[in-house]
Amino acid sequence: MAEQSNSPAPSTETLVDIYRRMIRIERNDDTIRKAMRLGKLIMPYYSARGQEVIPSTISSLLTNEDTICTIYRGIHDMVAKDMPLRPLWAEIAGRVDGTCKGKGGPMHLTHPETGVMVTTGIVGSSMPIANGLGWAAQLDGSKRVSIAYFGDGASNIGAFHESLNLASLWKLPVIFVCQNNGFAEHTRYENGTSVDFISKRAIGYGMPGFTVDGNDPWAMYAAAYEAIRRAREGEGPTLLECKTFRFLGHVLGDDDKYMTKEEKAAAIAKDPLPAFRARLLAEGHATEDQLTKMQADIQAEVDDAMEFGLASAFPSVAELRRDVFATEIPA
Amino acid sequence: MTETVKMHAFQAVNAALHQAMEEDPKVLVFGEDIADREGGGVTGATIGLSTKFGDQRVKSTPISEQAIIGAAIGAALAGYKPVAEIMLMNFTAVCMDMIFNHAAKLRFMSGGQSTVPITIRTLTGAGWQTAGQHADHLEGWFAHTAGIKVVAPSNPADYKGLLLSCIQDPDPCIIIESAGTLFIPGDVPVDQGPIPLGQAKVVAEGTDVTIVSWSSMVVRSLQALAPLAEAGISVELVDLRTVSPWDRETVLKSVAKTGRCVVVHEAVRSFGPGAEIAATVNEELFGKLKAPVRRLGAPYSPVPFSKPLEDAYLVSVDTIVATVKEVVGK
Ligand SMILES: Cc1ncc(C[n+]2csc(CCOP(=O)(O)OP(=O)(O)O)c2C)c(N)n1
Repeated sequence: MAEQSNSPAPSTETLVDIYRRMIRIERNDDTIRKAMRLGKLIMPYYSARGQEVIPSTISSLLTNEDTICTIYRGIHDMVAKDMPLRPLWAEIAGRVDGTCKGKGGPMHLTHPETGVMVTTGIVGSSMPIANGLGWAAQLDGSKRVSIAYFGDGASNIGAFHESLNLASLWKLPVIFVCQNNGFAEHTRYENGTSVDFISKRAIGYGMPGFTVDGNDPWAMYAAAYEAIRRAREGEGPTLLECKTFRFLGHVLGDDDKYMTKEEKAAAIAKDPLPAFRARLLAEGHATEDQLTKMQADIQAEVDDAMEFGLASAFPSVAELRRDVFATEIPA
Repeated sequence: MTETVKMHAFQAVNAALHQAMEEDPKVLVFGEDIADREGGGVTGATIGLSTKFGDQRVKSTPISEQAIIGAAIGAALAGYKPVAEIMLMNFTAVCMDMIFNHAAKLRFMSGGQSTVPITIRTLTGAGWQTAGQHADHLEGWFAHTAGIKVVAPSNPADYKGLLLSCIQDPDPCIIIESAGTLFIPGDVPVDQGPIPLGQAKVVAEGTDVTIVSWSSMVVRSLQALAPLAEAGISVELVDLRTVSPWDRETVLKSVAKTGRCVVVHEAVRSFGPGAEIAATVNEELFGKLKAPVRRLGAPYSPVPFSKPLEDAYLVSVDTIVATVKEVVGK
């Protein structure tokens, strides 16, 4: 559905950078699941395995100044945004060296230095806040863009509709990125959403909307490039619906009864990671050795982060009184 | 003597907004109908702001309460000090997610990295026959949520001073503009500056009983003072001004002195903020109390439309007088 675009093709350097981000997400996800299986890490975990291309491609076009607001299924978005892994691991383990001193956990990570401004557990709530960050960028006269990540189910929430209307009315530099993995918890897309393409909803709010193959880095790059260009040049918001699939169910441990084995198998057969790797190699953007070394380096970074996170202490109980307000509240 | 000007609450709010916007270019004002093109707000509290400060800093919004508070939060995260108006307090129900799950909790959940210095101005109060969906006092909802300050002024000078403090405060604040206080003019010092949050004010000194109140019920409690004085009862009236965090010290000091306490609020009595105050007084001053702490508030009912019912809904001056007499034993 993506329109013919004037966006330049991604350079070799960009493609390798996108791949790097994807591998970082995948290695991190795999290591988290391993740690959970071994009982080293106990938390609700919403894996985004299968959705790596979307934030990796978008992040390749962003700087640390650009902000994201994301959701419980958003660790891939943060890793793509180059959030350091050590504080990420300490946070998901509830430790004092976490980004949020262990008080936010896997559904509420925040890391302003890399532009991770809000992670929310409330479906649809990333969008209204992303608007405010976009408004601030506009008031500052800066070229920062604000990204709101959310799922297909979230597009049925009131906050989505209010946010698109306001962003369009105020011409905010916001990009609404719907990661459409076909399911909202256990509800199949067509049983919860009244339109065949979420991108169509953009028409109702006077903004461009595109449906993109969210597993194809070239298509994603073209769409994201144009949306980000529009935002930076003051032309207002864009809705991107990025089609993808989540391989591991809604929450880790979920038995997937609501999807057929065939469709899951078909999606996994089209895993974007090996497909992208093969094409990078075939087109000569990278060599086998280069990608293998990259993967090993990333695994080492993830292992180090895990060790660091799990070795960090738990916060003291006095933390309950801190950060409620700017000044500590009395015991 | 400081020079004062007589005004009513909305003029005081307007003056505070003008002053705050002048002093700090990061202050933004927005909400439904608040720009001059739309008439400067339903009550006129924002008149003149958009003309003076421009339509970037002062914006009318669509009827989108979640989008309004969401935009306030996002702008605050990026260093602004937004003052968002939710036209009526009942409509905060529409954006409770943004207030309760996000504004109030982002500082804590981020381990202190995020600061959300937003101010929510909102209007409410029974007495105008607006019935079930336009007149609730919901300070208890917000006071029960850790991370948001709840402010409820009773007179124009406090409206100005407390609003200035809310805007400067590094945390989210909701300030309740209550119908029962709106049209009672008061003297506002020309140089009225910020009044610290969390500090109650002893409005009348007395020795027999302490009335703790805020917002519209301070107005009624003041009217009860004369008949009570006639009955030979000396009342100490404490205007809480900030419902959360509340000024325990001032309240406990007063009740320690008088030995008796009546809490009077407009909100529904059941599970209301009066229960928190009464329980605290009991815990701290059990041995010193000469009578059980009493609470007066609205009945466990939605705000009614019919005039006689609405009159019965609000705590009356007579009820305050009768209750205080009972407590004192006269
Ligand atoms: C307001 C709200 N309602 C319900 C839930 C429970 N819930 C958590 S995730 C989810 C499904 C959301 O699906 P979607 O937006 O498609 O995102 P995905 O998980 O597929 O990435 C639901 C219903 C919630 N967290 N917030």
